[in-house]
Order: sequence, then structure tokens, then C-alpha cells
Amino acid sequence: MKVSFKVNGQPKTVDVPADQPLLWTLRDTLDLKGTKYGCGISQCGACTVHFNGTATRSCMLPTSRVQGAEIGTIEGLSPDGTHALQRAWEELDVPQCGYCQAGQLMSASALLASNPHPTDADIDSAMDNLCRCATYTRIRLAIHRAAEIKAGAQDSAPRPRQLNESRIES
Amino acid sequence: MTTPVNESPTRVSRRDFLRVTAIAGGGILLASYAEPLRAAANVGERLAVDPQLNAYIRITPDGIITIIGKNPEIGQGMKTTLPMLIAEELDVDWANVRVEQGMLDSKNYTAQSAGGSTATPTNWLPMRRVGAAGRAMLVAAAAAEWGVPASECDTDRGVVKHRGSNRTITYGALATKAASMTAPDLASVALKDPKTFRIIGSRVRGVDTHAIVTGKPLFGIDVTVPGMLYATFVKCPVFGGKVVSSNVADLKSMPGIKHAFVVEGGTALDGLLPGVAIVAESWWQARTARGKLQVTWDEGPTAQQSSAGFASQAAALSQQPPQRSLRKDGDVTTALASAAKTVKGDYFYPFIAHASLEPQNCTAHMKDGKLEMWAPSQNPGSGRALVAKTLGIKDTDITVHITRSGGGFGRRLMNDYMAEAAWIAKEVGVPVKLLWTREDDIQHDFYRPAGYHYFTGGVDASGKLVAWRDHFVSFGEGQGWSAGANIGGTEFPARFIPNFALDASVMPLGVPTGFLRAPGSNGIAFATQSFIDELAHAAGKDPVQFRLDLLANAQPEVAPTAGGPQAQPYDAARMRGVLELVADKSGWGKKTLPKGTGMGVAFHFSHRGYFAEVVQATVSKAGEVKVDQVWVAGDIGSDVINPLNAENQVQGSVMDGVAQALGQEITIEKGRVVQSNFNEFLLLRAEQAFPIEVHFRKSPIPPTGLGEPALPPVVPALCNAIFAATGKRIRTLPLSKSNLSWT
Repeated sequence: MKVSFKVNGQPKTVDVPADQPLLWTLRDTLDLKGTKYGCGISQCGACTVHFNGTATRSCMLPTSRVQGAEIGTIEGLSPDGTHALQRAWEELDVPQCGYCQAGQLMSASALLASNPHPTDADIDSAMDNLCRCATYTRIRLAIHRAAEIKAGAQDSAPRPRQLNESRIES
Repeated sequence: MTTPVNESPTRVSRRDFLRVTAIAGGGILLASYAEPLRAAANVGERLAVDPQLNAYIRITPDGIITIIGKNPEIGQGMKTTLPMLIAEELDVDWANVRVEQGMLDSKNYTAQSAGGSTATPTNWLPMRRVGAAGRAMLVAAAAAEWGVPASECDTDRGVVKHRGSNRTITYGALATKAASMTAPDLASVALKDPKTFRIIGSRVRGVDTHAIVTGKPLFGIDVTVPGMLYATFVKCPVFGGKVVSSNVADLKSMPGIKHAFVVEGGTALDGLLPGVAIVAESWWQARTARGKLQVTWDEGPTAQQSSAGFASQAAALSQQPPQRSLRKDGDVTTALASAAKTVKGDYFYPFIAHASLEPQNCTAHMKDGKLEMWAPSQNPGSGRALVAKTLGIKDTDITVHITRSGGGFGRRLMNDYMAEAAWIAKEVGVPVKLLWTREDDIQHDFYRPAGYHYFTGGVDASGKLVAWRDHFVSFGEGQGWSAGANIGGTEFPARFIPNFALDASVMPLGVPTGFLRAPGSNGIAFATQSFIDELAHAAGKDPVQFRLDLLANAQPEVAPTAGGPQAQPYDAARMRGVLELVADKSGWGKKTLPKGTGMGVAFHFSHRGYFAEVVQATVSKAGEVKVDQVWVAGDIGSDVINPLNAENQVQGSVMDGVAQALGQEITIEKGRVVQSNFNEFLLLRAEQAFPIEVHFRKSPIPPTGLGEPALPPVVPALCNAIFAATGKRIRTLPLSKSNLSWT
């Protein structure tokens, strides 16, 4: 069936099976490969996108459901990769394998949009995305750091204690 | 002083050579290759490979330095680490370095694999020598340009300087001339004094981090080839089961389906297995058609195997004389009889899956007898060999592009998905991307094998550990072990107890097993370091002090014993160093903790790394376990090449081990895996994460790898913390099987 919606602000019309999850429409029909497949049952969050601004798992969302909707993906999080979260992720070098990180960033950006200064508890309850490499400590720090960047603390370095920085004894 | 361990995994019959090429249009290209001595007669063959694709370093007149990362990147950081080694000795500014992923090229590169935490020790000198050779040639070019001796020239971040005249010239300006200089001998090229390192030891961000956070297509699953079709491959839930009949012909009329066929496959569980391939215009169409597929399987002889059955077989084997003796020192029976206290403990750890977040996939295109592949593999060379064997074609007719992998953890050392993609591509004649479902991945893994340890230990009246027996029950047949199910006769505490016996018995297994992050060690450390804790308490000793006493009790090495991958020298001084360090940093023995909260300690040597870890955990009255904090002390030699990544690897390893301990288990029933997805196979979640303090202690030996050795100690350290918190001893994993409630 034909479905029309906006992806990262651009109008798109696709002709796909009505039950095809949005994940596959994004990846294989629209060639937006940033959104990832991890489980297909809304468990891992690698496929997280913004559905009218809400962080949503796209692997179980039929494309027919997004008629007329605004969809945001990692490719549109910022025009040039300078969203506060992207900057913080780079500053702290969050990723290991990196596969889950687009989904993590989409969940985190929805969180920051509604809660500019989340606590650790806010982060834990909002960030239900799996990271198989378990970069959770850095994800949490990077969300705090992004909140600082958004609040204007552009130049403050991340606090070493927060980084849990490794110590090398002589 | 520490004793050097064997740090020369590459010291075999190979010698590194340097090849220098001028780039058309200007610039220099440096490639090194290791020449197997036996193949030295076939030098001409090497020239068939396009040197542009196989260089380590390209310097162009615009000053851009391109360095090739030859090894697969699976999240362990080698695409950044190995180029750092080259850049350090080349003496360039890291900001001017571009890094590209190398292709599989066995003629020009060696050891293009991600496994065994070997990339760092294997490449530490060879990569630095390549960089140093490049620097020497640039210096020679400048010296020739100026008519001065090379010895009067220095380099500084991409610039050659002449001391006498203060003249300078950039590498970019020298690159073309450098290509005409004589290449130095790699084995004798001068290396930097480590005190002058600028890049090694600095906190360098991953070279792909920006691409990752902006959603660029980097992974195998992201590969797109024009005209590509999409495939799913359905195998029997019982491993190796054959297709008897199916309705595959009916699927061909479904929307988008281009091909649907039975693959006869073979019997080797690590090769191409029987199944049904469905190929469609989109993956969702293939997946949808799969929902209509009906197959009658011949499940074969292993369809009655089960985890419960293995457990009863293991219990029965433990009551019988062991099938094998792997080590026998002193007289365990007599020593136990005269011990002041003896302790028995039966330990069990389950099968677990790797569950890399990117499901297995591979893209392949067979055209005119040549196969081109894009594979997220940890070991693409062995993947190519498997494909060649499966298809009956030559290695040299297969090109493999190495993609970034969305996690590896040892799963992608096996290349079954490459064989499947290649077979399907051969059948359909157009490019095809095979993608597994998560359920395929959980149910067709090469699992960390379960293991059973039946321990007896004895301490004397002074609290010293004097006798140890482990009857290890595992999987295998005859004298063989199932993959990853072995133990070595030098595994700790062997060599530290005068009366020591390591025996083993095996049972046959129809479940594919393999290598999961710190293979062997990830289960063995749990069992041995937990039982050592039991003995410490029996001896009335502090668990850290008891371990220090044990490390001080090295026995004279006796005759060679049945070895395994752990059969390496054991440097007790390095282990004592990290144990003392972690005790100090964690405040061991100096804290008063409330009931329900406890600290546990453990150490383990694996993959050439020495790690000691302390866990503080809290168990609620209802029995819920929460890790409060972990302290890690590690010794991986003289340098931590990239502390920013090292810390990430260690923290990830620790959380990985905690996730295994808390709730991971693969259960076999009727020959098949019960769990199918992340609702049943539990990864750690953000709310369970905890602070991890990482400390490194340096030793004067070349640096070793870090992808694995930080994992094993955390599992027993957590279990020992739970004992300290509750008095309940964990002898079975995962913890979710135990009732840990207390009043």
C-alpha cells in the first residue's frame, strides 16, 4: 500500500506491504541505514526513531501506521552531526561496537527534549535500550554532558571523576 | 622483579619485508608483508595484488596521511589502536591521519583476525616498525634534498628538520621523493624511545565514532550492492537436522519472492547446514514468506539431548573414576586425609550465547566463477577457506571486504553465515544479502559450553591450602574436547599447591560450541576462584590474604603436563601486584558494611593479562542482587596504548561478566535451544549498570590484549560478595536460579 509521511522533515511516499515494519521501510526502501535491527520484538531499542517526537521502536510499527506522521531518524538528528548529544558522545567516546548507539541517541534526544536536566534515575527509566558492549556508564555521563552543552556550557571539559578515568600506576 | 612470559606469539618462520611504491601523481605508499619462508619461491605471485589496496601508509603531496587498519573492528578498538602504533613511529600529528579498513589480503597482511586478545601483542612491534621505516625514508629524502647527512635531521609531527640550518620540510612535500629511497630493514629500523611517545598512551577517540553517532552505514548489515536481493535461511531447530520435505514450492508465488529452495548442506556443525533459503526483493518479504514455510525435518540422533540430561550424566560421571588425568602433583588422597579441614563443592555453569547485537549477516555476489563477499567476521580468512571448501572454488577466486561488526565476543570467529550467503549467491547469480533473525542467532550460536567442576580441597592447621582435586566434567569424545570445553593442566591453582590433581571426563554433545570472550576462563575462573573463597573461609583467613599466601606458594615446575590454551608461564609477582593494588583501591577490609552488603575478590590470568577485581554488592531481603561498585586492577605490560578505549573495554568486560552471572543461560530441550530472543536471554540494562574503577599496573614487558582478560574475575568476585553479604555460597550460575532471600 502507499503511505505518505515525513522523514527528517522530507516528505516521502512509499509503496510497501502494509504490515512491513517502519524499520525495514527506512532501511531497505528509503536507504536510511542508521536505524538498526536487533531483535524485532521491541526489546533492544536499536531501531528507535522519533514518531511525532516520541521515541518509538520501529521494528514492530507497521508502516501503515505512520501515514501523515513526522518520523525522525539518526540521520536527521542534526544537519551536521553537532547535536549536543552527538558532541557529548564523541567527547566521551561512548561507542564500542557502535551498533546500538543510533537507538541510544534517539532515546536520549527524546528524553532531553522533554527533560533538559535529567537525573540518573530519569536516565535509567528513559533509556531502556540494550547495549551489548555495556557502555552504559558512558551513555549516562554523555547525557549529563549533553545537558550541560545545551545549557550553554560549551567549553567545560568533562569532569574527570565523572569519567571514571582509568589510572595508570607506574 | 617480574619474570618475562612468552610474548612472541608471532615468532614463527616468517620475516617482515617492506615494499615501497611511488603513487601515480605523487606520493609514497608503504606496505609490509610477512613472507612465509616456505613460500619464498613464489614471490612473483604477490605482485598480482593491487598495492594501492594493501598498503599500511599512504602519504600524498597534500600532506594527508592515510593509514590502513588491517584487522576487523568488532568494538574492541583495533581500527584505532593499530594505526596509532604506525602513526607514533611515523611521527605524524594524529589529527592529520585518516584511517581506512583494509580488505582481507593474506599475501600482504598477517593475522587479520579479532580473537584471543592477540592483536596487540602480535602487532606491537610490526606496526611500529612500519611507521619507523616510513619515517626513516622521509628523513632520507629530506637529507638528500638538502645534501646533508640523515643523522643531522629530526622529525616532529609530519615535518623533517635539519638541526644545523633549521630548515624544515613537510612529509607531504617529501612523499614522492621518499618513494625512491632505499627501504630500511624492518627488523633493525630504529624505534622511538618510549619516553617520547606522543600518541601511544594518549586518550584517542575511535576513528569511527563520528560516523557511528551520525548513523553512517558501517556495518555488514548496512551493505548495499546494486541489484541486490535479500535472503533468509531456515535451519532445523535440532542442530544439523535434514530437510525431509517442505512446501517450499508454494512460497514462490508469494509477493516479492524470487527464489525458494532447499539447501542440502553437510553434517559439520560449523559449516553449511541443511535448510531452506528464501530470497526476495526485500528482507521483509522473505521474512513474511518464511512464516508460511512448513518443513518436515529429520532431526537426527541428538534430538533427545537436554540440559537436564547433561546434568544427570555429569553427576554420574563424577561418581566414576575420571576418564583423563590432566595433572597430578604430590599425593592428594593422603594430603586430604591428613588435612585439618576439607571442603567439597560441586560447581556448574550453563551454556550461554554471544548475542552480538548485529545479527549474523553476509552479502555475496557470484559472477563468472568469482565470488565477492562483504562480511562482518572476526576471522575472515578462515571464513574464506570455509566458503572455498563449501563451494569447491579456490581461495584466490574469493574477495572479502571486511566490514565493521556490531559486536563479536567470539561468535564471528565462526563463519557459518558466510558459507550460507555464498551458497545462496551461487544459486541465484545476483548479489544477495543474507540476514538472520534474532531468533536464528540465539538458536544457532556456537555456545559457551556448560561445565561441571567437582572439587575437594584441604587446608592444614595453619590455614594453608595443601590439597586440591578437581574432577572437571565437560563435553567431547575420546581424547577430544568440544570447542571451548577444554581445560589446561597448568590452569591456576595448578603449580601453587603441593598436592594437586586435575582430572576430566567428557560426554558427547550435539550442540555447537565455540569461543565466548575469555573462552574457558569465563567459566573456570568462576568455579576455581569461588572454591578458593570457600577454602579461605574454611581456613579462617581473609580472602585476600589467603590468595596472597597461595600466590607465595609456587611449586617447583615438574614434568610437562597436558597443556591447553592456558598452558603458559604464570607470573605470581604480577598477579600479586594487581591483587594488592585492587585491595588497596577498594578499601578492602577497611569498610564496615551493613548486613546484605558485601565485598568479594577474585583474580584470573588469561590472554596474557593479569586481573584482580573486587565487587561490592547488595542483596535485598527479597533476594535481589544489585552490584554497587567494582574495582579493577590489571597488568597488561608496559603500555596502555589507548587508555580511553582500554577503560571502555574493561568496563564493558566487567558488565558482560555480571550479566552472565545474573541471568544468562541457554537451555537445551529435545536437542534444541529453548530461548529465542532478548526477552529470554537477558543482557544487562542501564538501570543495572554500576560504577567501575579501572587501574593499570605496568610491567616491563610488551603490552598485551584487553578485549577479554578483565571479564573472568568479576563473576567469582560477585559470587564471593554475595557470600559475604548473605552467607549463601553460589555454586550454580546464573544467580537467578538461587533463592538469595535472607532475614
